[in-house]
Amino acid sequence: MNIEKLLAAKRSEAVKLWFEHVIRTYPADSSRFLLNVKDQFSNPVGATTIKCLEDVFDAMMAGKTRDELIPLLDPAIRIRAVQEFSPSSSVAFVLHLKTLVRDLLEKEITSGVIDRNGLEQFDRAVDGLCLIAFDIYMGCREQIFKFRAEHVKSRTLKLLEKADILCEVPDVGTEIIPHNVYKNGGFESQ
Amino acid sequence: MKIKPDEMLKINTKPPKAHWMDVPPDFSEGKYLYPAKPKTLEYLHLPNPRDWSPADEDWKLPENWQKIIHDGFKERLDKYRSLKVFMDICVRCGACADKCHFYIGGGDPKNMPVLRAELLRSIYRNDFTIFGKLFGRLAGARKLTPQVIKEWFSYLYQCTECRRCSVFCPYGIDTAEITMMGRELLNLIGVNINWIKDPVSNCSRTGNHLGIQPQNFKEIIEFFCDDIEEITGVKINPSFNRKGAEVLFVTPSGDAFADPGTYTFMGYLMLFEHIGLDYTLSTYASEGGNFGLFTSSDMMKKLNAKMYHEAKRLGVKHIIGGECGHMWRVINQYMDTMNGPADFLEVPKSPITGTVFNSAASTKMIHIAEFTADLIRNNKLKLDPSRNDHLRVTWHDSCNTARAMGLLDEPRYVLNAVCNNVFEMPPSTTREYTFCCGSGSGTNTEEIMEQRLRGGLPRANAVKYVHDKYDVNMLGCVCAIDRAVLPPLMDYWVPGVAVTGLHELVGNALVMDGEIERTLNLRMEDLPGAEGDTDE
Repeated sequence: MNIEKLLAAKRSEAVKLWFEHVIRTYPADSSRFLLNVKDQFSNPVGATTIKCLEDVFDAMMAGKTRDELIPLLDPAIRIRAVQEFSPSSSVAFVLHLKTLVRDLLEKEITSGVIDRNGLEQFDRAVDGLCLIAFDIYMGCREQIFKFRAEHVKSRTLKLLEKADILCEVPDVGTEIIPHNVYKNGGFESQ
Repeated sequence: MKIKPDEMLKINTKPPKAHWMDVPPDFSEGKYLYPAKPKTLEYLHLPNPRDWSPADEDWKLPENWQKIIHDGFKERLDKYRSLKVFMDICVRCGACADKCHFYIGGGDPKNMPVLRAELLRSIYRNDFTIFGKLFGRLAGARKLTPQVIKEWFSYLYQCTECRRCSVFCPYGIDTAEITMMGRELLNLIGVNINWIKDPVSNCSRTGNHLGIQPQNFKEIIEFFCDDIEEITGVKINPSFNRKGAEVLFVTPSGDAFADPGTYTFMGYLMLFEHIGLDYTLSTYASEGGNFGLFTSSDMMKKLNAKMYHEAKRLGVKHIIGGECGHMWRVINQYMDTMNGPADFLEVPKSPITGTVFNSAASTKMIHIAEFTADLIRNNKLKLDPSRNDHLRVTWHDSCNTARAMGLLDEPRYVLNAVCNNVFEMPPSTTREYTFCCGSGSGTNTEEIMEQRLRGGLPRANAVKYVHDKYDVNMLGCVCAIDRAVLPPLMDYWVPGVAVTGLHELVGNALVMDGEIERTLNLRMEDLPGAEGDTDE
């Protein structure tokens, strides 16, 4: 019998344990709030995370593809990417699925219902999921770096405009032009 | 430190259970705001100008810094009864604990408003209460150490003074005022941030936060007028610094400088032209915002006074203020006792409808959303809301206008008159319960982008809900900081939702006398369905 089928039968327990594992990565004083407040608007981190774990769990059990998994895993990683975690702690919770399967299906593993091959295959799928998490995480971080870069770029542009060393060049768009060379000179008659 | 590959996966997920007083703040890069430059502090005559970084071990505090903080605290406890009450009456019921957007989005316990206030209360107990003096830590007191100053700096700038927590406090403790007092105290020893001090300095010098000089300010507005002429065919010639105008119009300089605020400014100009308002803009009082609010009461008073001085100099009857957030907290809650009453002005009366705005009887200054709502109610505007039909709009109540002045229904009244597709976010996230953008009170700078994004998560999460459910693609607001910071917040959390000011939507819907057929909106984008629209 394959792991996915056995694990799917224990879905609610598995997701609950996985969720608790994720919440334990937050400071102890906040975990009660994140774990227990169910309203999605009062507790977006908790609500988004559990929904994400449920969706990803179901998709993993159904053997969904990478492209199908990305949007499902994105919300939880997106949140962790702006919280005070190191890059590894942002994605490491994915790997906890390996521990989960060993804890929940201990009997089946020792009795040989799940063979070594099956377990290795499952581990590889989890590794794949972790790599997806890493891609999402980097995508989020790159987006944030871009915000910063754009902010500096637009501020510089405005400063140049303010200092009157920037002018509009017809048919070319806005370019940085030395004031004394081109402003009102090279392109338009005075 | 060498880590073996198999050790890398052994991540300890069990958080340390340390007492909050023993957890030091984190000042690694990206987790602190940049400090004010010495030159800026010198210009403002503020104490202890020096080069320093929060990442440094030694913050170069003045020699007698503990005495300065103690005396400053005492002075403020004597001066503000509210502060004394706020220090004493909290019973730590926890009603505020999970209401702060930074706590909700990040999970750091010191962002629970009760604990953030405790950062100051612990010093208050130690210095000013017998219990604290006798029992120390047992009574929740602690000595003032450099570590405490660092903690204050970290967490008082992780509060946007939005006051959502105070809505839930059964005692009405205004945690934002505790933050304000804490920041005032830090200013006494030169611990302050560049993103606030530079605007304050600019505003003192040129009249606006961005340091736009009078001639540039005029040029910017004239540039808007050129765009308006291209879009509508109507040429507008606003007056500047004109004595004897009936109304002085003041808006945040962000509206003149940064998209999408600029489109909102165009909306104001079109509205005033359309109704023939006798108004003038000032190149000196060219800032509605007041970063003094985030510095000290003295600085807030100084920057606020500038608008009233200009109103007096020009001899106007009253002031209309643009779409700004904290400007209205200053006007509505502090102006009257700082610089008021503005006896030299008249109680605002709409010259178009005759409506008298008694709510502004003392400050003599009304919010443009009130003014426009009154125009619409009296059928003074010709509007074609179908021009905004491609937009599915939801409304973000900006913290200060919503919670500090109760401006809840006027913007919605205007919005519903100029847009056909309006969808509300869930009630626990709007009106008095609105969530902050995450970047208010002078923290809208890029060095702490992660803090801003997680602080804005509760707001974005509610926007995402209406985006998913109703296909909402536009977020409206009446605050210049919102307009500057919500676009990246939306890009990160809810791609596909843009941000607009209220009067941009008004400008698009407004049918002006003598206008040409509109094919472009104020962003110079093709109007869907209009002639020339290549997408149709």
